[in-house]
Amino acid sequence: MKARSLVPIIYIIFLMLPIYWLLNMSFKTTNEILGGFSLYPHEFTLENYVVIFTDPTWYWGYFNSLIYVSLNTVISVSAALPAAYAFSRYSFLGDKHLFFWLLTNRMAPPAVFALPFFQLYSAVELFDTHIAVALAHCLFNIPLAVWILEGFMSGIPKELDETAFVDGYSFPRFFTKIFLPNITSGVGVAAFFCFMFSWVELLLAKTLTAVEAKPIAATMTKTASSSGYELGLLAAAGCLTIIPGAIVIYFVRNYIAKGFALGRV
Amino acid sequence: MRAPKKRSRIKSGTPSGNTMTKTQNSRAWLFVLPVVALVAFNALVPLMTVVNYSVQETFGNNQFFWHGVGWFQDVLRSERFHAALGRQMLFTTIILLIEVPLGVMIALSMPRKGPWVSVCLVLMALPLLIPWNVVGAMWNIFALPDIGLLGYSLNAAGIPYDYTQQPLSAWFTVILMDVWHWTSLVVLLAYAGLISIPDAYYQAAKIDGAGNWAVFRHIQLPKMKRVLTIAILLRFMDSFMIYTEPFVLTGGGPGNSTTFLSIDLVKIALGQFDLGPAAAMSLIYFVITLLVSWVFYTAMTKDEQ
Amino acid sequence: MAEITLDKLRHQYAPGGEWALKEIDLKWQDGGAYALLGPSGCGKSTLLNIISGLLEPSEGHVLFDGQDVTGLPPDRRSIAQVFQFPVIYDTMTVYDNLAFPLRNRGVDAGTVDTRVREIAEMLELDEMLGRRAAGLTADNKQKISMGRGLVRQDVNVIMFDEPLTVIDPHLKWKLRSKLKELHQRVKVTMIYVTHDQTEALTFADQVVVMQAGEVVQTGTPVELFERPAHTFVGHFIGSPGMNVLPCEMRDGGAFVAGTHVPVAGTPKPRPEDKLEIGIRPEFIRFAGKGVPARIVNIADAGRSRVVEADVAGTRLHVILAEGATLPEGDTHLAFDPARTGLYANNWLVSA
Repeated sequence: MKARSLVPIIYIIFLMLPIYWLLNMSFKTTNEILGGFSLYPHEFTLENYVVIFTDPTWYWGYFNSLIYVSLNTVISVSAALPAAYAFSRYSFLGDKHLFFWLLTNRMAPPAVFALPFFQLYSAVELFDTHIAVALAHCLFNIPLAVWILEGFMSGIPKELDETAFVDGYSFPRFFTKIFLPNITSGVGVAAFFCFMFSWVELLLAKTLTAVEAKPIAATMTKTASSSGYELGLLAAAGCLTIIPGAIVIYFVRNYIAKGFALGRV
Repeated sequence: MRAPKKRSRIKSGTPSGNTMTKTQNSRAWLFVLPVVALVAFNALVPLMTVVNYSVQETFGNNQFFWHGVGWFQDVLRSERFHAALGRQMLFTTIILLIEVPLGVMIALSMPRKGPWVSVCLVLMALPLLIPWNVVGAMWNIFALPDIGLLGYSLNAAGIPYDYTQQPLSAWFTVILMDVWHWTSLVVLLAYAGLISIPDAYYQAAKIDGAGNWAVFRHIQLPKMKRVLTIAILLRFMDSFMIYTEPFVLTGGGPGNSTTFLSIDLVKIALGQFDLGPAAAMSLIYFVITLLVSWVFYTAMTKDEQ
Repeated sequence: MAEITLDKLRHQYAPGGEWALKEIDLKWQDGGAYALLGPSGCGKSTLLNIISGLLEPSEGHVLFDGQDVTGLPPDRRSIAQVFQFPVIYDTMTVYDNLAFPLRNRGVDAGTVDTRVREIAEMLELDEMLGRRAAGLTADNKQKISMGRGLVRQDVNVIMFDEPLTVIDPHLKWKLRSKLKELHQRVKVTMIYVTHDQTEALTFADQVVVMQAGEVVQTGTPVELFERPAHTFVGHFIGSPGMNVLPCEMRDGGAFVAGTHVPVAGTPKPRPEDKLEIGIRPEFIRFAGKGVPARIVNIADAGRSRVVEADVAGTRLHVILAEGATLPEGDTHLAFDPARTGLYANNWLVSA
């Protein structure tokens, strides 16, 4: 083995260590955790996972997260599709300014919007609903989706559109039957990123929910602060939040490199 | 295959129009309407609220009084804001200096073909999809001085380490956590740039007798420039806005030593309910983020006209 | 500079797979201008990469001046290569691009400067030495890649892998004649890989024609034209290509459609072989007697006309020089005996 291949190996080991430690903790009893340092669980237990799977406040946290993340992904991508098409194909009054304004929202610190979001969504009576979080996450996911899709669409020659219109396709039929199949990987990448950023964000999700739509991650913070030192439970919940991400990555594994370059290599 | 031509479409501000001629069409506004509506609802209304707060004073009872630019002056003069901004700048600078070169180095040493590519990419992308507070909680557990692998090992090696007590330990942990969390983004972007280089470039360089450094300097780096621009911008923005991970890990402490801008902002707004100063700080913060992003972007793309 | 010998080269990309090269034996003289001509996928690029050292052959040896270099990497073979798409160092100036191979080899700055200016002048790049290479046109970029090979004085051979692919048509001939002129000035061995017969025939002193991983003929452009060793060469070179007609042997003579056709020499093929007559359209005349034919189609090609005729169910082309009269309806064709070849199983049978 060459010395060069050591670099990624060491890096991956470094990445896996904290994850291993979390996994290690999740299989320990509270007694063992508080008892001191140990490299692997001596009294292996699934107790922490049992708690999560039997307590509705825990497992509903998962469903809540998955619901608003999925909602957000669908909304973001479907709203971004026509817009990205317009940006890649047409020039219109204020197009550049609009594109830039959209992107600036990606640069807005969520902390800035936390309180106004709370007031806004309370005012429209959406507070503590899945749709509220899904809509709020559009703030940074839509600009991103437009940006990604625009990159992929610009790689499709305009002749495709022209040929289709000459052949008598109506716009909606052209868009769904011909254009979309050509940018499926772009749609996949955009959906992946929307999923990713909505799944990992917590500040807004926590601000906009209380009980009904509370995300799993927020349930964890509550456990950490209120019921003291339930590290094993916390670790088990943490481990479970890694799974959806891992599944999604596995599905897009062949597009990861290109996808992260947002189609703009 | 087309010749690797220079394409001047990459990011920000301008849609990638240069590569094709576009039709003038006002129907386009119809297409962007949903996006504009959704983003405007989320961006403009809260922004107006913030602006509104930032110029008013309240003494409770929902009564507000015009306060002009008073809050802005207060924030800009306040020691506390300067300190948070300073910590924020320091943090962002350090993680950029570590993550960008490290990410490029890892990307360079990754295999270009074969079954290991997917394995590497999947494992490396994993930290990017973990909820941010779980990242914080994970490092919290990992770094505990008595039962965390990192904390225990450091102490066992004779290095006094306790991130809840020593500012230096706290900084070390927050930075290491960010490197763990985000270096992969740089790796993946740089790697995407690398695999887009046609083989002929490497062959020509071999024939020209170029060493590894010359290949990096004259072939790989120029070809990675676009993706690295994206990487640096994203890393700048996200690290400048960082909140959840250090908040869960250290809560901004010990003392105020890891209280970055966002953490301070939330403390003022939700902790002390000082809406005016918080709003003014929000706007200043937003403007700084925009400004620095813009400076970064123009600096990195200036020789492409 | 060196003489290059290819000794029993064979190559397959995957073990157990198809042979991309089936036993190649060749000798390239020092200072020659060679072309490697063949259709896409015939193995010519594989052969080129083996000579340059980018690829190691599965079997056989590559010798430079009798020295085995089969295992040596490209940078230790003293070769230069120009690729299909211009490979230039975008961030450098034209000057730095040309100086790059010399600087990498630790040549002193004074010599670098002299060489770069000398080569730039030769390639007519001296006007743009200070410019960023990225902004240049494709033909100038290809000149730079060529120049990076020419600046080095130790170069054994410069190889060109379809270098004109991305060049605009009207600049192709210009660059090609520049190349020919350069070869005469510097006398370095040059190997030019292409699928375009015009490029190969105008550039090279010796053309190596390849098909399906094999060398089918090596010769001067004239030899390839006048005596194609294989029907493939006859087809591939010439416009239109050589006519091939099935024939039979009787009493030591060849017969096409029942008519005796005299051929060059006195070939003695084995009777079980598949026998054919090969004759180029340029060497056929309309005559009062000979092979009976019917005219099917006439295409005007400017200075000449290409007549398509039917001989007992086989179509063949006849080139009719300017001013010659065209017979009508059924007619006869006369083949120039010295230019008529007999082919057995596609290979030319000589006396």
